Amino acid sequence: MTIKKSIQVTVNGERLNREVEPRTHLVDFLRESVGLKGSHLGCEHGVCGACTVRLNGQIVRGCLVLAVQADGGTVDTVEGLSRQGVLADLQEAFLKHNALQCGFCTPGMLMAAADVVQHNPRANRQQVREAISSNYCRCTGYHAIVDAICSVLAKRAQEVA
Amino acid sequence: MKAPAFDYVRVDSVEAALSLLKTRGDDARILAGGQTMMAALNMRLSSPALLVDISAIDALRQIRLNDGVLRIGAMVTHSEIEASDVIRRHAPLLSMAVTHIAHKAIRNRGTWGGSLAYADPAAEWPACVIALNATLIAQGPGGLRKIPAQSFYLDLYTTALNPDEILVDVEIPVDDRRQVVAFDEIARRHGDYAITGIAASAQRHGEALKHPRFVFFAVANTPFQATKAEAVCHDKALTVAVIDAAVAALAAELEPIADLTSSSATKRHLAGVLLRRAIKALASTN
Repeated sequence: MTIKKSIQVTVNGERLNREVEPRTHLVDFLRESVGLKGSHLGCEHGVCGACTVRLNGQIVRGCLVLAVQADGGTVDTVEGLSRQGVLADLQEAFLKHNALQCGFCTPGMLMAAADVVQHNPRANRQQVREAISSNYCRCTGYHAIVDAICSVLAKRAQEVA
Repeated sequence: MKAPAFDYVRVDSVEAALSLLKTRGDDARILAGGQTMMAALNMRLSSPALLVDISAIDALRQIRLNDGVLRIGAMVTHSEIEASDVIRRHAPLLSMAVTHIAHKAIRNRGTWGGSLAYADPAAEWPACVIALNATLIAQGPGGLRKIPAQSFYLDLYTTALNPDEILVDVEIPVDDRRQVVAFDEIARRHGDYAITGIAASAQRHGEALKHPRFVFFAVANTPFQATKAEAVCHDKALTVAVIDAAVAALAAELEPIADLTSSSATKRHLAGVLLRRAIKALASTN
Protein backbone atom coordinates (compact mmCIF):
# COMPACT_ATOMS: atom_id res chain seq x y z
CA MET A 1 0.00 0.00 0.00
CA THR A 2 1.47 3.34 -1.02
CA ILE A 3 1.99 5.77 1.83
CA LYS A 4 0.55 9.23 1.15
CA LYS A 5 0.66 12.41 3.18
CA SER A 6 -1.58 15.46 2.93
CA ILE A 7 0.28 18.71 2.54
CA GLN A 8 -0.69 22.33 2.21
CA VAL A 9 1.75 24.50 0.29
CA THR A 10 1.47 28.01 -1.08
CA VAL A 11 2.98 27.92 -4.56
CA ASN A 12 3.53 31.23 -6.34
CA GLY A 13 1.00 32.82 -4.02
CA GLU A 14 -1.68 30.17 -4.45
CA ARG A 15 -2.55 27.89 -1.53
CA LEU A 16 -2.73 24.26 -2.62
CA ASN A 17 -3.79 21.06 -0.87
CA ARG A 18 -2.28 17.90 -2.26
CA GLU A 19 -1.53 14.30 -1.41
CA VAL A 20 2.06 13.23 -1.94
CA GLU A 21 4.25 10.24 -1.36
CA PRO A 22 6.91 11.09 1.21
CA ARG A 23 9.66 10.17 -1.25
CA THR A 24 8.56 12.74 -3.84
CA HIS A 25 11.00 15.63 -3.92
CA LEU A 26 9.89 19.21 -4.31
CA VAL A 27 10.61 19.64 -8.02
CA ASP A 28 8.83 16.39 -8.95
CA PHE A 29 5.89 17.65 -6.89
CA LEU A 30 5.91 21.00 -8.68
CA ARG A 31 6.26 19.47 -12.14
CA GLU A 32 3.95 16.46 -11.84
CA SER A 33 1.39 17.41 -9.20
CA VAL A 34 1.16 21.16 -9.72
CA GLY A 35 1.97 21.19 -13.43
CA LEU A 36 4.72 23.81 -13.23
CA LYS A 37 7.35 22.60 -15.68
CA GLY A 38 9.64 25.59 -15.33
CA SER A 39 11.80 23.97 -12.65
CA HIS A 40 14.12 21.37 -14.16
CA LEU A 41 15.93 18.25 -12.99
CA GLY A 42 19.50 17.60 -14.10
CA CYS A 43 21.61 15.54 -11.73
CA GLU A 44 19.06 14.93 -8.97
CA HIS A 45 21.79 14.90 -6.34
CA GLY A 46 22.33 18.54 -5.61
CA VAL A 47 25.26 19.37 -7.85
CA CYS A 48 23.97 21.00 -11.05
CA GLY A 49 21.53 23.65 -9.76
CA ALA A 50 18.90 23.18 -12.49
CA CYS A 51 16.35 22.43 -9.74
CA THR A 52 16.87 25.67 -7.80
CA VAL A 53 13.60 27.05 -6.42
CA ARG A 54 12.70 29.25 -3.49
CA LEU A 55 11.30 27.67 -0.30
CA ASN A 56 10.16 29.91 2.55
CA GLY A 57 11.97 32.81 0.91
CA GLN A 58 15.32 31.04 0.45
CA ILE A 59 16.82 29.40 -2.60
CA VAL A 60 17.15 25.65 -2.20
CA ARG A 61 17.97 22.57 -4.28
CA GLY A 62 14.49 21.35 -5.15
CA CYS A 63 15.83 17.81 -5.66
CA LEU A 64 17.16 17.70 -2.09
CA VAL A 65 13.98 18.83 -0.39
CA LEU A 66 10.95 16.57 0.02
CA ALA A 67 7.51 17.91 -0.85
CA VAL A 68 6.38 16.87 2.64
CA GLN A 69 9.06 19.17 4.09
CA ALA A 70 7.34 22.07 2.32
CA ASP A 71 4.08 21.41 4.18
CA GLY A 72 2.90 24.70 5.64
CA GLY A 73 5.47 26.64 3.65
CA THR A 74 5.70 28.85 0.59
CA VAL A 75 7.34 27.99 -2.69
CA ASP A 76 8.28 30.38 -5.49
CA THR A 77 9.25 29.10 -8.90
CA VAL A 78 10.43 30.86 -12.03
CA GLU A 79 6.83 31.07 -13.23
CA GLY A 80 5.73 32.98 -10.15
CA LEU A 81 8.71 35.25 -9.89
CA SER A 82 8.26 36.43 -13.46
CA ARG A 83 5.74 38.98 -12.26
CA GLN A 84 8.24 40.60 -9.94
CA GLY A 85 10.76 43.26 -10.87
CA VAL A 86 14.02 41.46 -10.24
CA LEU A 87 13.22 38.48 -12.39
CA ALA A 88 11.70 40.56 -15.18
CA ASP A 89 14.89 42.64 -15.27
CA LEU A 90 17.04 39.50 -15.32
CA GLN A 91 15.01 37.86 -18.07
CA GLU A 92 15.32 40.95 -20.25
CA ALA A 93 19.06 41.09 -19.57
CA PHE A 94 19.50 37.37 -20.32
CA LEU A 95 17.87 37.86 -23.71
CA LYS A 96 19.86 40.98 -24.48
CA HIS A 97 23.19 39.36 -23.54
CA ASN A 98 22.44 35.96 -25.13
CA ALA A 99 22.73 34.33 -21.73
CA LEU A 100 20.77 31.24 -22.70
CA GLN A 101 20.84 28.76 -25.59
CA CYS A 102 19.02 25.53 -24.81
CA GLY A 103 17.46 27.10 -21.73
CA PHE A 104 17.73 24.02 -19.52
CA CYS A 105 19.82 25.69 -16.82
CA THR A 106 18.02 29.00 -17.16
CA PRO A 107 15.25 28.78 -14.56
CA GLY A 108 17.67 27.63 -11.89
CA MET A 109 20.23 30.19 -13.05
CA LEU A 110 17.60 32.95 -12.79
CA MET A 111 16.74 31.88 -9.23
CA ALA A 112 20.42 32.00 -8.23
CA ALA A 113 20.86 35.32 -10.03
CA ALA A 114 17.79 36.83 -8.37
CA ASP A 115 19.19 35.76 -5.01
CA VAL A 116 22.43 37.65 -5.56
CA VAL A 117 20.69 40.74 -6.97
CA GLN A 118 18.36 40.85 -3.99
CA HIS A 119 20.83 40.04 -1.21
CA ASN A 120 24.04 41.53 -2.53
CA PRO A 121 23.12 44.51 -4.72
CA ARG A 122 26.70 45.79 -4.70
CA ALA A 123 28.20 42.46 -5.81
CA ASN A 124 31.17 42.77 -8.13
CA ARG A 125 31.88 40.47 -11.06
CA GLN A 126 33.89 38.01 -8.93
CA GLN A 127 31.10 37.80 -6.37
CA VAL A 128 28.52 37.20 -9.09
CA ARG A 129 30.71 34.39 -10.45
CA GLU A 130 30.94 32.87 -6.99
CA ALA A 131 27.20 33.15 -6.47
CA ILE A 132 26.32 31.36 -9.70
CA SER A 133 29.08 28.77 -9.35
CA SER A 134 26.24 26.73 -7.90
CA ASN A 135 24.68 26.32 -11.37
CA TYR A 136 26.03 24.44 -14.37
CA CYS A 137 25.53 25.64 -17.94
CA ARG A 138 26.71 23.44 -20.79
CA CYS A 139 25.91 25.86 -23.62
CA THR A 140 26.98 29.41 -23.03
CA GLY A 141 30.37 29.31 -21.33
CA TYR A 142 28.96 31.47 -18.52
CA HIS A 143 30.39 34.87 -19.50
CA ALA A 144 27.15 36.06 -21.08
CA ILE A 145 25.26 35.02 -17.96
CA VAL A 146 27.65 36.96 -15.74
CA ASP A 147 27.38 39.96 -18.09
CA ALA A 148 23.59 39.84 -17.88
CA ILE A 149 23.56 39.73 -14.09
CA CYS A 150 26.14 42.49 -13.78
CA SER A 151 24.12 44.68 -16.14
CA VAL A 152 21.08 44.30 -13.89
CA LEU A 153 23.15 45.14 -10.81
CA ALA A 154 24.58 48.21 -12.54
CA LYS A 155 21.18 49.39 -13.74
CA ARG A 156 19.71 49.00 -10.26
CA ALA A 157 22.63 50.77 -8.64
CA GLN A 158 22.07 53.70 -11.00
CA GLU A 159 18.37 53.83 -10.19
CA VAL A 160 19.09 54.02 -6.49
CA ALA A 161 21.80 56.65 -6.92
CA MET B 1 16.98 8.81 -9.98
CA LYS B 2 14.04 8.70 -7.61
CA ALA B 3 14.27 7.78 -3.97
CA PRO B 4 12.83 4.44 -2.83
CA ALA B 5 9.58 4.57 -0.88
CA PHE B 6 9.68 5.41 2.81
CA ASP B 7 7.43 6.79 5.52
CA TYR B 8 7.96 10.25 6.99
CA VAL B 9 7.14 11.92 10.28
CA ARG B 10 7.98 15.41 11.54
CA VAL B 11 8.53 15.35 15.32
CA ASP B 12 8.45 18.29 17.70
CA SER B 13 10.76 17.02 20.43
CA VAL B 14 14.05 15.17 20.78
CA GLU B 15 12.28 12.65 23.03
CA ALA B 16 9.83 11.81 20.24
CA ALA B 17 12.73 11.31 17.83
CA LEU B 18 14.60 9.08 20.29
CA SER B 19 11.46 7.05 20.91
CA LEU B 20 11.11 6.38 17.19
CA LEU B 21 14.77 5.41 16.92
CA LYS B 22 14.17 2.96 19.75
CA THR B 23 11.03 1.36 18.32
CA ARG B 24 12.10 1.34 14.67
CA GLY B 25 15.83 0.74 15.15
CA ASP B 26 17.84 0.49 11.96
CA ASP B 27 14.76 1.13 9.81
CA ALA B 28 14.61 4.77 10.90
CA ARG B 29 16.92 7.63 9.94
CA ILE B 30 17.08 11.13 11.34
CA LEU B 31 16.46 13.81 8.68
CA ALA B 32 18.16 17.11 9.50
CA GLY B 33 18.99 19.38 6.53
CA GLY B 34 18.78 16.52 4.07
CA GLN B 35 21.58 17.80 1.83
CA THR B 36 23.50 14.55 2.23
CA MET B 37 20.62 12.22 3.07
CA MET B 38 18.49 13.18 0.07
CA ALA B 39 21.37 12.79 -2.38
CA ALA B 40 22.03 9.31 -0.97
CA LEU B 41 18.33 8.41 -1.22
CA ASN B 42 18.02 9.75 -4.78
CA MET B 43 20.96 7.55 -5.76
CA ARG B 44 19.44 4.63 -3.85
CA LEU B 45 22.52 4.21 -1.67
CA SER B 46 20.22 3.90 1.32
CA SER B 47 16.66 2.65 1.89
CA PRO B 48 15.33 3.53 5.30
CA ALA B 49 11.74 2.67 6.05
CA LEU B 50 11.13 5.87 8.00
CA LEU B 51 12.59 9.38 7.97
CA VAL B 52 12.28 11.30 11.24
CA ASP B 53 12.35 15.01 10.44
CA ILE B 54 13.79 16.96 13.41
CA SER B 55 13.70 20.41 11.76
CA ALA B 56 10.67 21.55 13.79
CA ILE B 57 12.44 21.16 17.15
CA ASP B 58 13.06 24.82 18.05
CA ALA B 59 15.33 23.94 20.96
CA LEU B 60 17.88 22.63 18.44
CA ARG B 61 17.97 25.85 16.40
CA GLN B 62 19.41 28.21 19.01
CA ILE B 63 22.66 30.19 19.08
CA ARG B 64 23.36 31.30 22.65
CA LEU B 65 26.27 33.02 24.37
CA ASN B 66 26.50 32.68 28.17
CA ASP B 67 29.43 33.04 30.54
CA GLY B 68 32.12 32.71 27.91
CA VAL B 69 30.54 29.68 26.23
CA LEU B 70 28.96 29.84 22.79
CA ARG B 71 26.39 27.13 22.16
CA ILE B 72 25.25 26.34 18.64
CA GLY B 73 22.31 23.96 18.31
CA ALA B 74 22.52 21.02 15.93
CA MET B 75 19.78 22.24 13.60
CA VAL B 76 21.31 25.68 13.02
CA THR B 77 21.86 25.92 9.27
CA HIS B 78 25.14 26.84 7.61
CA SER B 79 23.43 30.02 6.34
CA GLU B 80 22.39 30.99 9.87
CA ILE B 81 26.00 30.63 10.97
CA GLU B 82 27.04 32.74 7.95
CA ALA B 83 24.63 35.48 8.98
CA SER B 84 25.32 35.43 12.72
CA ASP B 85 27.01 38.49 14.22
CA VAL B 86 27.44 36.65 17.54
CA ILE B 87 29.45 33.95 15.77
CA ARG B 88 31.44 36.47 13.73
CA ARG B 89 32.47 38.23 16.92
CA HIS B 90 33.06 35.27 19.21
CA ALA B 91 33.95 32.34 16.93
CA PRO B 92 35.23 33.97 13.72
CA LEU B 93 36.83 30.70 12.59
CA LEU B 94 33.33 29.47 11.77
CA SER B 95 32.51 32.62 9.78
CA MET B 96 35.72 32.14 7.79
CA ALA B 97 34.94 28.50 7.08
CA VAL B 98 31.26 28.71 6.23
CA THR B 99 31.55 30.36 2.80
CA HIS B 100 33.56 27.33 1.65
CA ILE B 101 30.67 25.00 2.32
CA ALA B 102 29.06 24.07 -1.02
CA HIS B 103 26.78 26.83 -2.29
CA LYS B 104 24.11 29.15 -0.87
CA ALA B 105 21.15 26.94 -1.83
CA ILE B 106 22.72 24.04 0.04
CA ARG B 107 23.80 26.19 2.99
CA ASN B 108 20.20 27.35 3.38
CA ARG B 109 19.14 23.81 4.28
CA GLY B 110 22.25 21.95 5.45
CA THR B 111 22.91 21.96 9.18
CA TRP B 112 25.83 22.37 11.56
CA GLY B 113 24.88 19.21 13.48
CA GLY B 114 24.18 17.18 10.36
CA SER B 115 27.64 17.92 8.99
CA LEU B 116 29.32 17.23 12.36
CA ALA B 117 27.48 13.93 12.80
CA TYR B 118 27.95 12.70 9.22
CA ALA B 119 31.74 13.15 9.49
CA ASP B 120 32.60 13.50 5.83
CA PRO B 121 36.42 13.58 5.66
CA ALA B 122 36.29 16.71 3.47
CA ALA B 123 33.90 18.61 5.74
CA GLU B 124 34.90 21.89 7.35
CA TRP B 125 33.02 21.78 10.65
CA PRO B 126 34.70 18.69 12.17
CA ALA B 127 38.13 20.30 11.83
CA CYS B 128 36.79 23.59 13.20
CA VAL B 129 35.32 22.09 16.37
CA ILE B 130 38.64 20.38 17.13
CA ALA B 131 40.56 23.62 16.49
CA LEU B 132 38.21 25.42 18.87
CA ASN B 133 38.39 22.75 21.60
CA ALA B 134 34.62 22.36 21.46
CA THR B 135 32.42 19.84 23.26
CA LEU B 136 29.70 17.99 21.37
CA ILE B 137 26.52 17.15 23.23
CA ALA B 138 24.55 14.03 22.42
CA GLN B 139 21.14 13.10 23.74
CA GLY B 140 20.10 9.49 24.12
CA PRO B 141 17.70 7.39 26.17
CA GLY B 142 20.01 7.85 29.16
CA GLY B 143 20.10 11.63 28.87
CA LEU B 144 22.81 14.03 27.78
CA ARG B 145 26.42 13.04 27.09
CA LYS B 146 29.31 15.45 26.54
CA ILE B 147 32.01 14.37 24.08
CA PRO B 148 35.18 16.42 23.49
CA ALA B 149 35.64 17.20 19.80
CA GLN B 150 39.10 15.63 19.89
CA SER B 151 37.51 12.29 20.83
CA PHE B 152 34.51 12.53 18.51
CA TYR B 153 35.92 11.45 15.13
CA LEU B 154 36.87 7.77 15.09
CA ASP B 155 37.01 6.67 11.46
CA LEU B 156 35.51 7.26 8.02
CA TYR B 157 31.90 8.46 8.53
CA THR B 158 32.20 7.12 12.10
CA THR B 159 31.77 9.21 15.21
CA ALA B 160 31.50 8.51 18.92
CA LEU B 161 27.70 8.84 18.74
CA ASN B 162 25.80 5.70 19.72
CA PRO B 163 23.13 4.49 17.27
CA ASP B 164 20.40 5.54 19.72
CA GLU B 165 21.76 9.08 20.21
CA ILE B 166 21.21 12.37 18.42
CA LEU B 167 23.72 15.22 18.36
CA VAL B 168 21.81 18.16 19.86
CA ASP B 169 24.26 20.92 20.71
CA VAL B 170 27.89 22.06 20.60
CA GLU B 171 29.65 24.15 23.25
CA ILE B 172 32.57 26.35 22.24
CA PRO B 173 34.69 28.18 24.84
CA VAL B 174 35.03 31.77 23.59
CA ASP B 175 36.40 33.74 26.53
CA ASP B 176 40.09 33.59 25.57
CA ARG B 177 40.96 37.10 24.46
CA ARG B 178 44.35 35.97 23.23
CA GLN B 179 42.91 33.46 20.76
CA VAL B 180 43.64 33.95 17.09
CA VAL B 181 42.29 31.74 14.31
CA ALA B 182 42.97 30.98 10.68
CA PHE B 183 41.20 28.96 8.01
CA ASP B 184 42.02 28.00 4.45
CA GLU B 185 40.92 25.43 1.94
CA ILE B 186 41.98 24.41 -1.58
CA ALA B 187 39.33 23.18 -3.98
CA ARG B 188 39.27 22.98 -7.74
CA ARG B 189 36.25 25.19 -8.07
CA HIS B 190 34.43 27.34 -5.59
CA GLY B 191 32.11 25.14 -3.57
CA ASP B 192 33.72 21.83 -4.54
CA TYR B 193 34.75 19.34 -1.87
CA ALA B 194 38.07 20.37 -0.34
CA ILE B 195 41.27 18.83 -1.69
CA THR B 196 43.08 19.92 1.48
CA GLY B 197 42.02 22.28 4.25
CA ILE B 198 43.18 23.64 7.59
CA ALA B 199 41.40 25.04 10.64
CA ALA B 200 43.91 26.61 13.03
CA SER B 201 43.89 28.36 16.39
CA ALA B 202 46.48 29.57 18.87
CA GLN B 203 47.03 31.94 21.75
CA ARG B 204 48.89 35.07 20.78
CA HIS B 205 51.49 36.23 23.30
CA GLY B 206 53.25 39.17 21.69
CA GLU B 207 55.34 37.75 18.86
CA ALA B 208 54.86 34.14 19.91
CA LEU B 209 52.02 31.66 19.52
CA LYS B 210 51.20 29.30 22.36
CA HIS B 211 49.19 26.09 22.22
CA PRO B 212 48.67 26.13 18.46
CA ARG B 213 46.17 23.74 16.97
CA PHE B 214 46.62 22.78 13.33
CA VAL B 215 43.70 20.63 12.23
CA PHE B 216 43.69 19.41 8.63
CA PHE B 217 40.73 18.02 6.73
CA ALA B 218 40.34 16.16 3.43
CA VAL B 219 43.69 14.45 3.98
CA ALA B 220 42.62 11.42 6.00
CA ASN B 221 39.54 9.45 7.08
CA THR B 222 39.03 11.89 9.96
CA PRO B 223 40.31 15.39 10.75
CA PHE B 224 44.06 15.22 11.33
CA GLN B 225 45.62 17.24 14.14
CA ALA B 226 49.30 17.86 13.33
CA THR B 227 50.67 17.56 16.85
CA LYS B 228 54.33 17.41 15.81
CA ALA B 229 54.02 20.59 13.75
CA GLU B 230 52.19 22.18 16.69
CA ALA B 231 55.03 21.26 19.05
CA VAL B 232 57.56 22.89 16.72
CA CYS B 233 55.63 26.17 16.78
CA HIS B 234 54.59 26.35 20.43
CA ASP B 235 56.04 29.36 22.25
CA LYS B 236 58.68 30.20 19.68
CA ALA B 237 59.40 33.27 17.61
CA LEU B 238 58.07 32.33 14.19
CA THR B 239 61.19 32.67 12.11
CA VAL B 240 61.56 31.23 8.62
CA ALA B 241 63.58 28.39 10.17
CA VAL B 242 60.83 27.53 12.66
CA ILE B 243 58.12 27.60 9.98
CA ASP B 244 60.25 25.42 7.70
CA ALA B 245 60.75 23.00 10.60
CA ALA B 246 56.99 22.91 11.23
CA VAL B 247 56.31 22.09 7.58
CA ALA B 248 58.98 19.37 7.72
CA ALA B 249 57.42 17.92 10.88
CA LEU B 250 54.02 17.95 9.18
CA ALA B 251 55.40 16.17 6.11
CA ALA B 252 56.78 13.46 8.37
CA GLU B 253 53.66 12.93 10.50
CA LEU B 254 51.00 13.20 7.79
CA GLU B 255 50.20 10.23 5.57
CA PRO B 256 47.54 11.65 3.25
CA ILE B 257 45.09 9.38 1.52
CA ALA B 258 44.97 9.96 -2.22
CA ASP B 259 41.58 10.62 -3.78
CA LEU B 260 40.03 11.37 -7.16
CA THR B 261 41.61 14.82 -7.24
CA SER B 262 45.12 14.33 -5.93
CA SER B 263 47.89 11.91 -5.10
CA SER B 264 49.14 11.48 -1.57
CA ALA B 265 52.28 13.49 -2.45
CA THR B 266 50.22 16.40 -3.77
CA LYS B 267 48.11 16.49 -0.64
CA ARG B 268 51.18 16.41 1.56
CA HIS B 269 52.60 19.33 -0.39
CA LEU B 270 49.32 21.28 -0.24
CA ALA B 271 49.03 20.65 3.50
CA GLY B 272 52.45 22.28 3.89
CA VAL B 273 51.35 25.25 1.78
CA LEU B 274 48.26 25.71 3.95
CA LEU B 275 50.29 25.36 7.14
CA ARG B 276 52.58 28.20 6.07
CA ARG B 277 49.60 30.41 5.23
CA ALA B 278 47.90 29.57 8.53
CA ILE B 279 50.97 30.29 10.65
CA LYS B 280 51.47 33.63 8.90
CA ALA B 281 47.81 34.49 9.40
CA LEU B 282 47.85 33.52 13.08
CA ALA B 283 51.02 35.50 13.69
CA SER B 284 49.68 38.64 12.05
CA THR B 285 46.12 38.71 13.43
CA ASN B 286 45.43 41.36 16.03
